[in-house]
Amino acid sequence: MIKFNLFVLPFSLGLIYIAWSIGMHYYRWIKALPAVDKVKLSAGIRNPSKIFASLKEIFLESLIHRKLWKRNPMLGYMHMSFALGWFLLIVIGNLESRIYHGSHINAPYYPIFLKFFIHDRLVLFFEIFTVPAFFRFIMDFILLFILSGLVLAMIKRKQSKWFGMKQTTNHSLFDRIALTCLWLIFPMRLLAESYTAGFFGGGGGFLTQNLGRLLFSVTPGSAEMIAYYFWWSYSLVLGLFFIMIPNSRYMHIPSELLLIVFRHCSIQPRKWGSSFSSLEANSCSRCGICIDACQLNFAAGISGIQAVYLIRGQREQYIPENVAMTCMLCGRCQEACPVGIKVDSLRLIKRREIGSGQVSSFSYLSNSRPGFADVVYFAGCMSHLTPTITRAMEGIFTEAGVNYLFLDRGGSVCCGRPLMLAGKDKQANELIEFNKILIRQTRAKLLVTSCPICYKVFREEYNLPIRIEHHSQYILDLVKDGRIALQSQHRKVVYHDPCDLGRGGNIYNAPRELLGKISDLLPSENERADALCCGGSLGLLNTPVSKKDEVTKNALETLLKNRPDLLVTACPLCKKTFSKHSKTEVRDIAEMVHDAIPGRQTRKTRIVNEPEAVNS
Amino acid sequence: MPDFGYTITKDRQLDHDHGDFRYISLVRSFEPSLDLCIGCGSCSASCSAAGFTDFNIRKLHTIIRRGEVESVKTELKKCMFCGKCQLVCPRGVNLRNLIMAMNRAIELLG
Repeated sequence: MIKFNLFVLPFSLGLIYIAWSIGMHYYRWIKALPAVDKVKLSAGIRNPSKIFASLKEIFLESLIHRKLWKRNPMLGYMHMSFALGWFLLIVIGNLESRIYHGSHINAPYYPIFLKFFIHDRLVLFFEIFTVPAFFRFIMDFILLFILSGLVLAMIKRKQSKWFGMKQTTNHSLFDRIALTCLWLIFPMRLLAESYTAGFFGGGGGFLTQNLGRLLFSVTPGSAEMIAYYFWWSYSLVLGLFFIMIPNSRYMHIPSELLLIVFRHCSIQPRKWGSSFSSLEANSCSRCGICIDACQLNFAAGISGIQAVYLIRGQREQYIPENVAMTCMLCGRCQEACPVGIKVDSLRLIKRREIGSGQVSSFSYLSNSRPGFADVVYFAGCMSHLTPTITRAMEGIFTEAGVNYLFLDRGGSVCCGRPLMLAGKDKQANELIEFNKILIRQTRAKLLVTSCPICYKVFREEYNLPIRIEHHSQYILDLVKDGRIALQSQHRKVVYHDPCDLGRGGNIYNAPRELLGKISDLLPSENERADALCCGGSLGLLNTPVSKKDEVTKNALETLLKNRPDLLVTACPLCKKTFSKHSKTEVRDIAEMVHDAIPGRQTRKTRIVNEPEAVNS
Repeated sequence: MPDFGYTITKDRQLDHDHGDFRYISLVRSFEPSLDLCIGCGSCSASCSAAGFTDFNIRKLHTIIRRGEVESVKTELKKCMFCGKCQLVCPRGVNLRNLIMAMNRAIELLG
């Protein structure tokens, strides 16, 4: 016999609605994928290893919330208690309900409201060790686990700083309704189960049974009626929460699951946007961690343009131009995002829409024959503003006896990335094609560049058949091969990770290893993936220079806390930007190495720091 | 008539009644930092594109201010957008956005 009571209806209707709604969303996202991505998806879901990897990530990120744990244990625990707790409540509740078959069809509401239908007593002592008692203990334990998270969630509303968060977004009306329902679900369940257990004198676990006994003894009136009201409330808030999901921030929960599968099927964001971007936008939980990570926010006081606002625009299909353009594209928010949304590519999609209308013509570039060499050196535009870097590099090439060619000695054709950052991909491609031909003509096996901006675009857009290295990697190789000998200068230095080299190119260790050989490397705050942007970013277009200066000064303050003798970076743009405001000397890693070659010196400062040789 | 070698310099009077000043006012509203410019020419001296062709951003600025735009429309396309000009500018003019703004003004006004 199917057990039924009218109060299960709100829950059941909500469940049907949310299942239909999520199904429709999934269907639309998958249907709107470009054909190539559809092929990838269908191949991916037939590949057991990809399915396993997706499930593993879903378990670690959507249930355990590993990234949030790393960020702040309280934040991680709070999210885990809700996600994992609720998940276990459903799974174990379902198993428990199998003991008490209401019918052969296990109606979806039956496990959820099991305690309403089943309340047999465990009378004898040994029955504590039986399977039903075990389930009751586990279910109560999980409920307690979720309630502990709920308490933390309430504290977080008032004291978000304890959870490692300074700023967050405002909730919309639907968000508030959904949040209220979510908060009410578990207390309602607790009260409903407790009253029922109290009234029947059995059926509950350690928590609900004892609480029920207490409530039964202190509450006047009919405990059965009160319990029934609570069962109704429990069902109502559950149903209402389900109905609110598609219209509120909680849509990120079902969206993220599909996003994880998409990613494991190697579906990437498209240059001009696809349903992948719309899925990403829906996977954003609007937590606001990106707001805290943004230097424009905490250093320059610019708000309203951070990742979460851009993503809101993407969802509402209207991104104000100012939001798309005001960003350094440093990648810090992307690195901090617990969902791993590729915000920079979302922003670039919008910039392409804005920038694509503008035409340019580089027909004045004439192809000269560059000559042949083993290694081709591309300094990049910015390095031409910091000639000490190019001079040091030439010195290092000569010292190591490398057959090299300084491709842009006479003036550089831009690598194309600055145009791409402004959304002018078509124009950038003209430059890319020009440079590609030039590089191929040298028949070199290796391309070395001094500029991380060039390095990133060479690797991602050029499709060159040769190896591409940033000079920090290349010099380290030279040192390891014994082609240049170095002598430590024993000066205290702090290393600054350039955005495009670190987060953009994943090169963190080579410069540190190199600096370790020639100087005393001090630690600093915000290192590696958490590194600050120098503020000179070419990604930032419409912001006054004074705001950029504030970012630079703030970053310098952090970097120079340990009072180093020198601030070392590996990017000509960072060097140029920092030099404007830094009282401590700023150097590039190439200059450091060149100075550490015995008998070589690029600068007079070295002579000042060493006792002069006494002529005898 | 025999050519005595004397030529008369072409008339370069600026007729402010006939200049098209819509462009400069738009550009200035898009990028207000342009008003900081002292015309020192550091931008043109450091320009990557200028190494290959006669592209001169300082000159373009002057031309637009005079209300003459035709030559700017073709010249502006030569910019590679590398941003060196912005780094060397002693006045903090946001030059990359200035180029965007000039392009935008031309886009809007034709």
